[in-house]
Formats: sequence, structure tokens, C-alpha cells
Amino acid sequence: MSIFVDDDTRVVVQGITGGEGKFHTEQMMEYGTNVVAGAVPGKGGQEVAGVPVYDTVDQAVEAEDADASVVFVPPAFAGDAVFEALDTDLDLVVAITEGIPTQDMAKVNKRLSETDTRLIGPNCPGIITPGEAKLGILPGNIFESGNVGLVSRSGTLTYQVVSNLTDRGIGQTTAIGIGGDPIIGTSFVDALEAFENDPDTHAVVMCGEIGGEDEEQAAKFIAENMDTPVAGFIAGRTAPPGKRMGHAGAIVSGSGTGTAESKINALNDAGVPVGDTPNEVADHIEDFL
Amino acid sequence: MRLHEYQAKNVFADAGIPVPESHLATSVDEVVEAVADIGFPAAIKAQVHVGGRGKAGGIKIATSEEEAEQYAEEILGMDLKGYTVEKVLVEAGVDFENELYVGITMDRSAGEPVAMVSTEGGVDIESVAEETPEAIAREHIDPAFGLHPYQARKAVYDAGIPKDVAGDVASILSTLYDLYESKDASEIEINPVMITSDREVVAADAVMNIDEDALFRQPDLAEMEDEAAEDELEQKANEYGFDYVRLSGNVGIIGNGAGLVMTTLDLVDYYGGEPANFLDIGGGAKAERVANALDMVFSDENVDAVVFNIFGGITRGDEVAKGINEALGQFDEIPKKVVVRLAGTNAEEGMEILNTDLVDVEATLEDAVQQAVENAQEASQ
Repeated sequence: MSIFVDDDTRVVVQGITGGEGKFHTEQMMEYGTNVVAGAVPGKGGQEVAGVPVYDTVDQAVEAEDADASVVFVPPAFAGDAVFEALDTDLDLVVAITEGIPTQDMAKVNKRLSETDTRLIGPNCPGIITPGEAKLGILPGNIFESGNVGLVSRSGTLTYQVVSNLTDRGIGQTTAIGIGGDPIIGTSFVDALEAFENDPDTHAVVMCGEIGGEDEEQAAKFIAENMDTPVAGFIAGRTAPPGKRMGHAGAIVSGSGTGTAESKINALNDAGVPVGDTPNEVADHIEDFL
Repeated sequence: MRLHEYQAKNVFADAGIPVPESHLATSVDEVVEAVADIGFPAAIKAQVHVGGRGKAGGIKIATSEEEAEQYAEEILGMDLKGYTVEKVLVEAGVDFENELYVGITMDRSAGEPVAMVSTEGGVDIESVAEETPEAIAREHIDPAFGLHPYQARKAVYDAGIPKDVAGDVASILSTLYDLYESKDASEIEINPVMITSDREVVAADAVMNIDEDALFRQPDLAEMEDEAAEDELEQKANEYGFDYVRLSGNVGIIGNGAGLVMTTLDLVDYYGGEPANFLDIGGGAKAERVANALDMVFSDENVDAVVFNIFGGITRGDEVAKGINEALGQFDEIPKKVVVRLAGTNAEEGMEILNTDLVDVEATLEDAVQQAVENAQEASQ
């Protein structure tokens, strides 16, 4: 079992004719992902990596029966691309693009609340169910199929923790990068809830970082609703207030909300052990299994 | 990107929000000229992004030319919490009766902006929010519609703003939201809005943070970026296109991906060192970017040793290794010891390629950080 994606997922790639879009389409297909179409305005009728390209997402979905999209559209146009995907009633939209203006995302978020579509990202590495499908840019070779779910705000930190797990022979059900922006679709709570309901997921790793209150909300959810054990990691303990640490969302506010300390305390209070190093997170998971 | 007070006030004034008469000055002579024009009392305000400027001695009220000269000498060039004051705003003093708060920010949890109004202006609004949250009237804004006029009125009446100026304050709030939206602000705030003895409203301070991801469609604001930068290293990072934050320690840090770079900083601290910076070189990491990143950390005087931590997803370890060899090969002598850790795609090939005459190579994140912390401790002795 897995959450959100598996080998039945039929994917349309928005922005498939761009450099990133083309490269990662090939990588996704090589991994076994069922990429059935591309969508790029004005490029309908072309083919990329053997996949037919359509002018609109709607045409691609109609012709190829897609149920998910991956967005590789540049930031200035990505908000519009996500709107297009949402208006096509897809089950899942994964927005990889980094640097979408926050006010564009506020409008997308409003529309999202009126649909049944799940959005992952933006500014994320995507989602992978090892051995079945990956939607995004995660390097497939470091993942192994197994019983640990992983949800993270960061890409390379996810890879670090996954390799700490895989090195010990601990595989993953599904790994999700939810993205480092201030406004994102799928939250920690959404992913944790899905993992809790997945019988094959026996433990969960949650990698958070400074900024916002999503980790605190996740801690509350874990305490109240989860039987599956969770181990955590929080990046940004040494971040000074008021400075954006790479991710648009990774900022400790002047008033001291969004600090690593507050998140670590909330998780510890919810019974979640938080590793001081990524390797310690793998120690905790090993203890759970 | 946070604008300086004088930059934000120019934006406000252009939009029709009343601000006190002011001049920007970079020398004592210019301050004296400014007060001659403005008259007394005049506020002399340091233009640095430091909270609590007034308490730290960065704001003084001059009532005579002698005082203006004396305060200008004190403030210009002073060190304010680690930043050197290079510019001051000389501003007409306002004879006020009340101080209000008006601001708009993004409520991340709600995913939409929120407008806030309070009669408790002139003090730290975060402490008001904590101690007496009921003193702040809040209106969430549907980003598809914007701030409805009735919402601006409602916020002002709910906050208990005096009736005779309520219309003016509501109008300022509406203008602020127009600016928030049209300029892609992430935060915009006037604290305080002063009510003068003539019952006029004036923006006595101005805070405006711009969403860096939207600068591509804000050319006027993008031009202010260099002036808004705090120091030369941050300016250099803008030129190179790096996400960079300067800290106060002596271990220079370069990595890829925000979360992993933050984690590297945290581990430096965990193993007893002090991080000097956050530097994310992003994906790809071609030789030139690697060279630029090394240039950034080498040119920071505080840095005694460097750790270079790359987890290649799509980035290939062998390409990063070539970049590091090439960049360091240009030096006759490596100015600061560099520890490299490569993991992920083609990491093994990369480790073999790395020239160990130029760098130390460590296999794990923990070992690399510990080695760099040791190197920094040795170098600083």
C-alpha cells in the first residue's frame, strides 16, 4: 500500500517541453511512472519522450484519461498552471516550481478550498512510492520499498534522512515533500492522516523547519489521532529572527513565533522524539520497528 | 526584501498616505541642511533594519541646530546591533495626541492576508497581540476580492478608533491594501499612525517587506534591492543569485537545498562550533557557481574554516567535485581549510575525483561538520 500515488496513477506533465520538464519526464518514466501526456500552450501535436503533448490540460485529460499532473512551469506562470489543473478536476496536482509569488498562491489556495483536488507543493521535490511511481524530481535510486512513511518540507534534507534509513535496510511506503513555501497545498496534518490510515505504514518520519505553525498543528494531530509512531527532525535551530533561510517560508518572525524550539517542544509534548542529527531520526525509527 | 523606512515612506507618499516632511542624509552637513529646511523639533532616525532602534539610541529628537549636529555625529557611523549606520532620515517632529497601529500581513495558517488595526500604536504590536489580543481588530481578506471598503470601516470601528478620524484611518488601511497587492508586499505596517493636535493622521513610521519571489514583476522595487541590502556580502550574494544569510560565527557553510543547509548550520552548533553563514547554491552547482560560493565565504573575514555539504539528487557528485577542484585550483594557497562531503547521485565518483591536496573529504555529514568545527577552532587559536 501507499498514499496518494501508485502504479495506476496516470500523469500529465505541465511544461513538458521545457528543459526541466523534459528531463524529469524521462526520469519519471524510467522509474516506471505512468506518464500519459504533456500540456504546453501552443505545443499541441508534438511528442516528448514518446508522450503526446496537448495545448491544454483539459484536452490532455480528455484524450489520455489522466488523473494527476506535475507542474514544471516557470514561477511567473505557475500559479495560472495550477489554476488550470484545478479547473480540470484532477485528483492530484504536484507543483514542483520554486519561486511562485505568495499572493498568486493565496489566490490558488482560495480556489483549492472549493475543489476536491489534492495539491502537493509548490516548491517541493514531489512524491514517490518506491518501486511504483514518482511524481517530481526525487532521485529514485536512494529509495527502497518498505514500511516507513516520510513527510518533509525540504528536498535535500529528505534525501539525507532517506539515505540514513535505506542504509540500515529500512524502506519507505511513500515519501512526500510538501514544500518550503509559506502557502502550500497538502500540509503535515494531511499527510500524517493519510499515513495513519495506511495499514502498511508502520512508522512515520516528519521533517519540519522554522517558520509558521504547521509543525505545532501536526504535533496536536499526532497526540490526538495517531497510533502509528512518529519521529521528527526540525531544521533551523540556529536561524536568526527575521531572516529568510533559503525557503520563502523558513523565517522566524520578530515576535519569536516559528522557532525550532517551539516546534521541538510541541513534538516532544506529543510524545514524538526529535533527532539532533538526521542519523538520530533513523535510530528512533529503528527502535519503533 | 525589507525596504528602509525612507524607501517605504516614499512609496506611501506616492500613494497618497500623509507622511511627515523629511530628507535623507548621509553626513553631518546634510543633517544640518535638512533641519534648516524642516525646522524644529526634528527627528534623526538611523536607517538600518534593527528592531527597537529608538531604545538602542538610533532615534533622537533635536530641538536646535547644535543638538542636530551632535546627534548626527553620534548616530552616523554608530554600530547598531552589528550594523553600521550610514544613512539617517531627518524628519519633521509631529505634535501628536494618539498613536495607532495599522498593518496587513499574510496569515500563513489561513492562507490569506489579514488586516489589523489597533489604538495601541507606538509599541511593539507583537506584545500587544500576546498580552491583549482583543485590543487588535482583525479582518481576513479574500485574495480574490481584495479588502472590501466595509471591511476597512469595520476594522476601524471594531478597534475603537476615535470617530472624527475613523474615515481617514479606514482610507489609509484601504490604500495600504492596494499597495500590499499591487507591490507584492508580504508585510506592510504603519506603527504608529499619529493623530496630531489638529486631528490629522500621519504615518510616523513605515514598514514594507516585499516578496522576493515577485521582484520579477516589480522592476521599480527591484531597483531598490541594492540600497536595501544590509552589507557588502549580502549585496554580493544578490549578484551571484545565492540565498545567503550572514551570521556571527567562524565556520563557513556551503550546501544545496534550504533544509539541508539549515541542518548543516545546526550540526555545526551541535558539535560546538558557530556557523558564519547560510549559503544555498541551489541545484546544478556548475564550476562557476561553486567558485562564486567559495569566493563568498572566503571573503568573509569572520570565516576560519569551511564545510561544503552536497546531497546530489539530480545534481551529480562528479560534476560538483570537478567544480570544487577547478575553483580551488586557481588559488596558490587555499586561504581557509575546506572539508567536503558528497552524497547521493555519483557521489563515489565525485569523492575519487576530489583533489585531496586541496580539500579534506569526509564520508558522512556528521564527520564533515565535526572536522570543519575542529579546523575552525585550530585556525582561530
